[in-house]
Amino acid sequence: MRKIWWKILCIVLIFYVIVMGIMGPVPHLAIINESIRNTYYHVALWLAMTTLLFASMVFSIRYLSKGRINDDDIASELAKSAIFFGILGCLTGSVWANYTWGDPWPNDPKLNGAAVGILIYLAYLLLRSSFEDEQRKARISSVYNIFAFAVFIPIIYILPRLTDSLHPGSGGNSTFGSYDFNNDIRKVFYPAIIGYILLGLWLAELRVRIKRINRVREEKLVSTSRI
Amino acid sequence: MHCERNPTSKGFDLVSTITELQASSRLPVILNEIKTLIWKEVTLEWRQKYALSGMLLYVVSTVFVCYLSFNLRRNQLTPIVWNTLFWIIILFTAVNAIAKSFSQERFGRLLYYYNLCSPQAIIISKIVYNSLIMLLLSGFGFVFYAFVMGNPVGDMGLYLICILLAAIGFASVLTLVAGIASKADNSATLMAVLSFPIILPMLLMTIRLAKNALDGLDWSVSSDEITTLLSIDLIVITLSYLLFPYLWRS
Repeated sequence: MRKIWWKILCIVLIFYVIVMGIMGPVPHLAIINESIRNTYYHVALWLAMTTLLFASMVFSIRYLSKGRINDDDIASELAKSAIFFGILGCLTGSVWANYTWGDPWPNDPKLNGAAVGILIYLAYLLLRSSFEDEQRKARISSVYNIFAFAVFIPIIYILPRLTDSLHPGSGGNSTFGSYDFNNDIRKVFYPAIIGYILLGLWLAELRVRIKRINRVREEKLVSTSRI
Repeated sequence: MHCERNPTSKGFDLVSTITELQASSRLPVILNEIKTLIWKEVTLEWRQKYALSGMLLYVVSTVFVCYLSFNLRRNQLTPIVWNTLFWIIILFTAVNAIAKSFSQERFGRLLYYYNLCSPQAIIISKIVYNSLIMLLLSGFGFVFYAFVMGNPVGDMGLYLICILLAAIGFASVLTLVAGIASKADNSATLMAVLSFPIILPMLLMTIRLAKNALDGLDWSVSSDEITTLLSIDLIVITLSYLLFPYLWRS
């Protein structure tokens, strides 16, 4: 909690991405034109989301092996911030698709996969909310979380590659990275991913702390009422 | 229930003897347990026939409702619609049939299994048994569906393989989800919400494979779909095997 440097790094990176993402030089391509800048927002958001979900799964595995409720708190809050990024990623992708493909939500395997992926994690939240007992909730939702991640990766990253898809990076289309001759995109893209991951961790950290404080307060309440 | 193992000598034993037993001959013990548990499920099902006959009647009546609903424009039922409709019927049948696999057992009996068998044996036996049930239901459903709605299938062998793969896949996904949902209070809603997104990739692959079979395409065209389906099945079964012990403990 004392370590503040990564929060400053996060703010600096995000401001850098916002400024350089809009002002910086980008490769010029037909049709896509300036909308290639969406790579910094949409693609980086989804990569950050996948990283956060992976971290969430790791904490779920840790909970199952060690049985500490803290690990489950972290796993659930990481999943929540990942869902937030996922929804933002869908919106930014939709805006881009509206101008590039002429349709905010074309019927495409990658997009439908993304929607299903978000549904899976919304179901995870619903599952969490349907238990009263904390340990039971933690154990069962950890099991589902691991299962969900194992299904999520094929839906998003493997199945669209096997079929025809409009989306860059699947169905034989190249990603924009292959047009990046001067490393212009990379200079902003990698900081963007790191910045979003840090932001997600920050969000999760705040919520975990709120949860812990509430738990301590509840315990105090219980102990005082007993006396 | 005819468990071959004596509950008093092995069921409530000390930890040391159990670990010793597992260390000495783990695989045969598990295989033996699985066999016994599957046999137990079959006898249980046979004793209360209403469950299975209820599911069969469910398939028949759903197919019949679809038949009557499409009756007005019978000739407009293209093979694609025919195929999709069949798989959606099978999906709902699967969810309904497998949802009860954990909830129908009473708490005391679950505690009894907990003492008697390893959780791996329980989940594998449930998956195998549910696959058998799904095979029976989807096979029967297919025969009745083809009888009522006409049969445009070009390559019967491939279509049957597709039904086989789908039955195993649906059963393995839904068994774990049923285990999760049975722990919660509103398990019927939860079952649908949890299982539909997870089962969707499998359903889409199945529909695509079935479409290839319907058109009578060469088998080499659909080898991609078959391997993908098999690998999804494998992932799901491995995960169920690894994760179920944690679920079982609560």
